[in-house]
Amino acid sequence: MKKFDKERLLLAVAGPVIALVAAIALTSVVLLASGRNPFEPYGLMLEQASFSDVQVLIVNQASMYYIAALAVALGFRMNLFNIGVDGQYRLGAMMAAAVGANVSLPSFLQIPLLLLVAMLTGAFWAGIAGILKVTRGVSEVVATIMLNAIATSLIGWLMLSDNWGVQVGNNNTTGVMKESGWFPGIDLGADVGEIYGLVFLAVLLGILYWAVLNRTRFGFDLRATGESESAAAASGVDAKRMVLISMLISGGVAGMSGLPLLLGEVHTYSLSFPAGLGFTAIGIALLGRNNPGGIAFAALLWAFLDKASPALDYATPVAYEKEIATIMQGLIVFAVVISYEAVRQWGLRRQQRQVGAELAAAAADNNTTQKEVAAR
Amino acid sequence: MHALVGENGAGKSTLMKILYGMQKPDEGTIAVDGEQVAFSSPADAIARGIGMVHQHFMLADNLTVLENVVLGSEKLHGIGGGARRKIKEISDRYGLSVRPDALVEDLGVADRQRVEILKVLYRGARTLILDEPTAVLVPQEVDALFENLRELKSEGLAVIFISHKLGEVLSVADEITVIRRGTTVGTAVPADTTPRQLAELMVGSELPTPETSESTVTDRPVLQVDRLRLEAEGGRAVLDDITFTIHAGEVLGLAGVEGNGQTELIEALIGLRSADSGTIALAGDEITAWPTRKRREQGVGYIPEDRHRHGLLLEAPLWENRILGHVTEKPNSKGKRGFWLDPKGAQEDTRRIVEAYDVRTPGIDVTAASLSGGNQQKLIVGREMTHKPRFLIAAHPTRGVDVGAQAQIWDQIREARREGLAVLLISADLDELIGLSDTLRVIYNGRLVADADPATITPEELGSAMTGAATGHLEHVEESTGESTEAGAEASPEASADTAPEDEAR
Repeated sequence: MKKFDKERLLLAVAGPVIALVAAIALTSVVLLASGRNPFEPYGLMLEQASFSDVQVLIVNQASMYYIAALAVALGFRMNLFNIGVDGQYRLGAMMAAAVGANVSLPSFLQIPLLLLVAMLTGAFWAGIAGILKVTRGVSEVVATIMLNAIATSLIGWLMLSDNWGVQVGNNNTTGVMKESGWFPGIDLGADVGEIYGLVFLAVLLGILYWAVLNRTRFGFDLRATGESESAAAASGVDAKRMVLISMLISGGVAGMSGLPLLLGEVHTYSLSFPAGLGFTAIGIALLGRNNPGGIAFAALLWAFLDKASPALDYATPVAYEKEIATIMQGLIVFAVVISYEAVRQWGLRRQQRQVGAELAAAAADNNTTQKEVAAR
Repeated sequence: MHALVGENGAGKSTLMKILYGMQKPDEGTIAVDGEQVAFSSPADAIARGIGMVHQHFMLADNLTVLENVVLGSEKLHGIGGGARRKIKEISDRYGLSVRPDALVEDLGVADRQRVEILKVLYRGARTLILDEPTAVLVPQEVDALFENLRELKSEGLAVIFISHKLGEVLSVADEITVIRRGTTVGTAVPADTTPRQLAELMVGSELPTPETSESTVTDRPVLQVDRLRLEAEGGRAVLDDITFTIHAGEVLGLAGVEGNGQTELIEALIGLRSADSGTIALAGDEITAWPTRKRREQGVGYIPEDRHRHGLLLEAPLWENRILGHVTEKPNSKGKRGFWLDPKGAQEDTRRIVEAYDVRTPGIDVTAASLSGGNQQKLIVGREMTHKPRFLIAAHPTRGVDVGAQAQIWDQIREARREGLAVLLISADLDELIGLSDTLRVIYNGRLVADADPATITPEELGSAMTGAATGHLEHVEESTGESTEAGAEASPEASADTAPEDEAR
């Protein structure tokens, strides 16, 4: 039995490793093709990662990626593709910022209130897609893509000065949040920076994600539905209810993914609030195999590529384009999808063979292979 | 015609996969026409004239027979007149009577099987592998299939035939190879072999003599179905006026050709489909509106007809499959309404089930997909029986299961019946149905059209009711000595298997 555990670990690691190696190799090919040194950029980027201020940036960025990727992964675990994480995240952040700018409670109430607002907003937005799927059979992929577009327009409209917007220079914002809603970070000194306090929210959500999926009845029903909808239904899972609930949870988590930045640094939602986080999160959830540990690794890797690459532009003596990192991220997603499927199939076949071999061996032991020839 | 028999997990499927190029052997050789070959894909095997008819048909329902046949080998005879002529020619030559322009979705099971055979012949196969071809057929259709196979044989083709039904094997094969746990344990010539000898060779030990069991039927109704009606989209009834009662300790056997409403009835009973009218009551409580989970918690056990679709999570470990369907119950979970999962408890109980039900697996952490079909079934039966159901839906409980495991599953059902379990048994294996049931009903076109006494009825008589030819109460017509009545009377499918070859050979 131990052997199978080790097997499974090996298989789990083989997929990402193959994908990363392939992605790096292909990036080198791109570099070669454009007449550059195929290896130097990696060295430059790794060097960046050794600076504490860059490390802080990486951790902060990774915390947001992590939360958003958990939201995506939760859907994946039951075969739901929530592409709308991006809209849910932006809308959640904006609503939290708006409430934070207009409500003033003591910190111990204000912060939970903001978390709740962000969560409910995200859940509401994803819930629309959930209800459409359950009642009308609308694919959640289509619905959430549309809802992303609607969220963009809705946010634009809400942030007009006629509504909740506050003009700051030529940037529209929701106004600065009341200080009771700022979440204190860990200050590592002036030249290093501050780690967002809500990094711990990401960690907590990761633990919760694991516990709910692996240790509760609900999690089992969810995974069962993802693995075989028909078997889950026969086992007593109400598939529609399950779709709705997981959409709500996924949206709720997605709604919170902008909070580390909002409560920890910028304290206002503006037009320059980063968009596209939800799409990046899809790649991260894929690379992390929907596993909380794997996603943490993937989020850190992605954040590293993001934060270490700008220095490439200023490298001496030869400068590289920082877009190399973007190319790599794209290639990783590609390689991940292919290598995971290949490894999965290979693993299944291998296990079947092993089971066969072990049974045959066991049979040979207590059978001493006597061949009866009957009725000849 | 060469038959291959063996227990589940004996390696029949693996051997066939190797012959058909789906898997590679680690050692040993294969020779076709005296020439050693190595296949790396089914295409290689086809090129060598080996064709496979799978147990589960691989046809596109919304295409015609012609389209299905040419699909993938358009280069052979084109897709138009040439192909049609070729199909006609093959069909006539082997007496397959296949109509090239019929839509596959309009065809019955037996016709589809003939299309599959034709597909293989069309690709130039000289050696046919048939994987449990009779599992889905009624006796009359089986005879027709055997006619076709004999035709093929007389034209000089070789047929490899995999089956669990020993009577059939003996009646149709020229030579039999028995394999057990991955090796050949013997060969036999049908003329000198009895089903019992063959079965013992397969299992590797003396078969337990089936004990005679007295009736355990009580007058306490457990499941009452009253005027149940279920409609397909558009209002056509797929089930109509279904009324029956199963008492504690009673096995009600439902005979019928597949696709006559059995699936829908099962789904209505387990709660996957809601009745359009009529009621279902479990021990006096009306459960018509209960969701599936509540029904299962309240003691409805379910051995599904398609274990891959409804009974297992194929890529999950065995112990998670042990939880499936009973996630709110001990030992799988704890806390209020089973909020927390209890992996330790479930794992421990899985080990017990594996032990008690002889599930052959190296451990409980392997995926369900890596077990053979029979071992998967044993796990499911063990899981359902563990929760002491009051009413058990057993759909094809021994389909694809070897003789040893079959007897074991029957024993478990009988045992539970003695303790007051009510069972709805649905099976395509008429011997099993007759041997195990206390009451027999026949379903045809969504209605219960006939009933029969399992103590006297023969498979042939039942078969004619299944095709709609006979209705009402079926009376056995005494034609020979009391022997056939004797065999059916005492719930011993093994014993009736003894008489089967004569029946089938006719």
